[in-house]
Amino acid sequence: MTVFDRLEAIFPPDRVITDPVRLRTYECDGLTYHRATPMVVVLPETAAEVAAVVKVCAEFGMPFVARGSGTGLSGGALPRSDGVLIVTSRMRRILSVDLDRRQAVVEPGVTNLAITEAVRDRGYYYAPDPSSQQICSIGGNVAENSGGAHCLKYGFTVNHVQALEIVTPEGEIVEVSEDDFGYDLLGAFVGSEGTLGIATKITVRLLRTPEAVTTLLAAFENIEAGGQAVSSIIGAGIVPAAIEMMDALAIEAAEAAVACGYPPNAGAVLIVELDGPAPEVDAQLAEVIAICVATGSFEQRVAASADERAKIWRGRKSAFAAVGRISPAYIVQDGVVPRTSLGEVLAGIDALQDEFGIRVANVFHAGDGNLHPLVLFDDAAPGEGERAEVVSGRILDLCIVHGGSITGEHGVGVDKARYMPRMFTDADLDTMQRLRCAFDPGGRSNPGKVFPTPRLCGEVPRVRKGSPGEIF
Amino acid sequence: MLGHTSVTMRDGGPADAVGGQVPRWVALPESVEEISVVLGACADAGLAVTPAGARTKLCWAAPPERLDVLLDLSAMHDVLEHVAGDLVVRVQAGIPLARLAEVLAKAGQELALDVPFPGATVGGTLAAPSPGPRAYRYGNARDLLIGVTVVLADGTIARAGGKVVKNVAGYDLGKLFTGSYGTLGVIAEATFRLHPLPADRRWLTFECEGWEDAGALLRSQLEPSAVEIDHPAEGLTTVAALFEGPAARDRAEAARDLLGGGELRDDAPSWWSRPPGLPLASLRCHVAPYVPEGVSVRGSLATGVYLASGTGDLDAWRSRLPADARLVGLAGDFTGDRWGPIPSLPLMRRVKERFDPERRMSPGRLAGGV
Repeated sequence: MTVFDRLEAIFPPDRVITDPVRLRTYECDGLTYHRATPMVVVLPETAAEVAAVVKVCAEFGMPFVARGSGTGLSGGALPRSDGVLIVTSRMRRILSVDLDRRQAVVEPGVTNLAITEAVRDRGYYYAPDPSSQQICSIGGNVAENSGGAHCLKYGFTVNHVQALEIVTPEGEIVEVSEDDFGYDLLGAFVGSEGTLGIATKITVRLLRTPEAVTTLLAAFENIEAGGQAVSSIIGAGIVPAAIEMMDALAIEAAEAAVACGYPPNAGAVLIVELDGPAPEVDAQLAEVIAICVATGSFEQRVAASADERAKIWRGRKSAFAAVGRISPAYIVQDGVVPRTSLGEVLAGIDALQDEFGIRVANVFHAGDGNLHPLVLFDDAAPGEGERAEVVSGRILDLCIVHGGSITGEHGVGVDKARYMPRMFTDADLDTMQRLRCAFDPGGRSNPGKVFPTPRLCGEVPRVRKGSPGEIF
Repeated sequence: MLGHTSVTMRDGGPADAVGGQVPRWVALPESVEEISVVLGACADAGLAVTPAGARTKLCWAAPPERLDVLLDLSAMHDVLEHVAGDLVVRVQAGIPLARLAEVLAKAGQELALDVPFPGATVGGTLAAPSPGPRAYRYGNARDLLIGVTVVLADGTIARAGGKVVKNVAGYDLGKLFTGSYGTLGVIAEATFRLHPLPADRRWLTFECEGWEDAGALLRSQLEPSAVEIDHPAEGLTTVAALFEGPAARDRAEAARDLLGGGELRDDAPSWWSRPPGLPLASLRCHVAPYVPEGVSVRGSLATGVYLASGTGDLDAWRSRLPADARLVGLAGDFTGDRWGPIPSLPLMRRVKERFDPERRMSPGRLAGGV
């Protein structure tokens, strides 16, 4: 029996894809410059089917990769040409909603936004809101520990998942929950980028919709002044739901793409969203406006309605795609720096632009120091793509030097595995590998992602014995 | 071997016992490197080690199967880095949370963890987490932890996470070690995200008979930071809600109107964030729990996480709780199975085998001999 025979025995014909043309649909995720055609794609509808595929993979010693909506930006769902791609898009049922317990149980293929849409009219929502929330899957969010603009106040996926049903790389179906006494396996699994198994059922926390939400757009002459406003807001003890910043180039792109109508002569705009009980939001809004004025903001607009709020956000949310209007090609970077180092790091990025003749548009979650520099280049111009790659990597070096991280929310995936040794020692990575080996001794669950070199699960260390008397 | 190092050692005594096991030695390391030296030497000699902080919860969970060296982290009590503008602090694991709070308060900040056990250290709070009222708003220790340095049984020093709040590079070993009770290694340093101290705090309390779910409050948009219940074995039940922020008073008053009564106060009731006594059990139940006679329960109506105290058989109580509720005996004398069901136990066992194959780190402190 071949692998294909085994899979065809588990699935009806329409849920096993072997046709080369159809397989190419799955050759990459949102990181389009890494591509591989999977050997076979399966579309399970139940955890039992996922477990069955994984067991077949175990039996044949084949790697497997899980994929949700394929919106990831680090190549976490890049298939293996020698393996099975397990696509969860058919697992999109919302299994239960319990507002008394403020939680929902969903399948991994459910989109992020669909959870909120299911409970919004009853006054609840699911907090993490990655920009791709209309299409990205909650299973992918769990794998990547996705964030979003509002994680400054509300945290990441890991802070909103209460329990998971997972299929381990050995094919067992196991529940991990925040209620388990002992190791926080739930917390370790979320963000493991598909290397510890596949989540097949996800229990998420729902939050009550805030009483008031207000969004402020403040324009500054330059990015330094905007950064000073951010520091002062945080220093005043205010935790906004979101603080986003865009520089002149990013504003230009957003204007070209969606005519967002930001002040045309702004060197930087800040979007500050406050939410919570109405009296608190009112008090904080006045304070934030005063801070912006004091730090040099020459124009402030407060959204008076949901429509106006959406209009302010439209420029920010379209920013990544919008740079396509001003550049033939671009790299989306995702680095993090301590907030107090933002100024130095932005100056460093400026210097890189001059040194390499490459333009960088800056869009960032300013409140938590998560930068999304968009490195612009012309892929038709010889050597420019390579120079853009170098600039992109040098930006990560800047982040690391300032005590930051190579990824704040997009994940390591295949894209940044080579940068991991710049952030972690061999001992750090080997220790992480112990966790990997506990879940996946065969190294078959999304291999080649996250970790730089193939690290095998060897024998456990030899037992050393001496006499205690010689020691103390 | 340790004679060549400067690690302070002394003989163990009855005061150092963990669940009746008296260690032969007590080591008092002052740095990550010294922890590594001690653990390396213990690995060479096959000695069993249990880490300890302020020892407020050493009696929790099962006693170690064997204990040669108590690794006392009380000499590691420094704040290593506090960048107020980043709302981040890095500390040595032995620092008491109360001392850390004093340092942070000078900058108008706090680590938003309640401390049910006076003296408790950062390391102990991570290794043996205890629920606090404000977990509803800020999360638990694991949610505020952004970086960690651990030392493994063989002396390996490993770091994960970092000092930025937003970071998804690599596995989150900090979370893995949260709740590990010293069975995976030693938590040596930790980095946390901080919060600004709220401008104001107000409590609303009211009394009632029997159990009260405070559902109206939790369905409201008043955003309490905590909603706690004190359900004593005898007498009236008290519910207390905490409101924090510049408009705390307005919101507390609105809550009183919503609930049709209650007392507003600017300090916490005496039982707030205090364990109900011995024997002590952890109860996690997301609907109104059945409470046996003679048992008192305190904890969060908002998160369904409680501490319970009183005599009684854990198995008998468990049989009256919903299937997804969890009841674990923490400390003191009780009858019945201490642990109850832990569906992920097989995975925990495999993790233990990879991190501590010789079973020398607090062996048997957790369920199933982990």
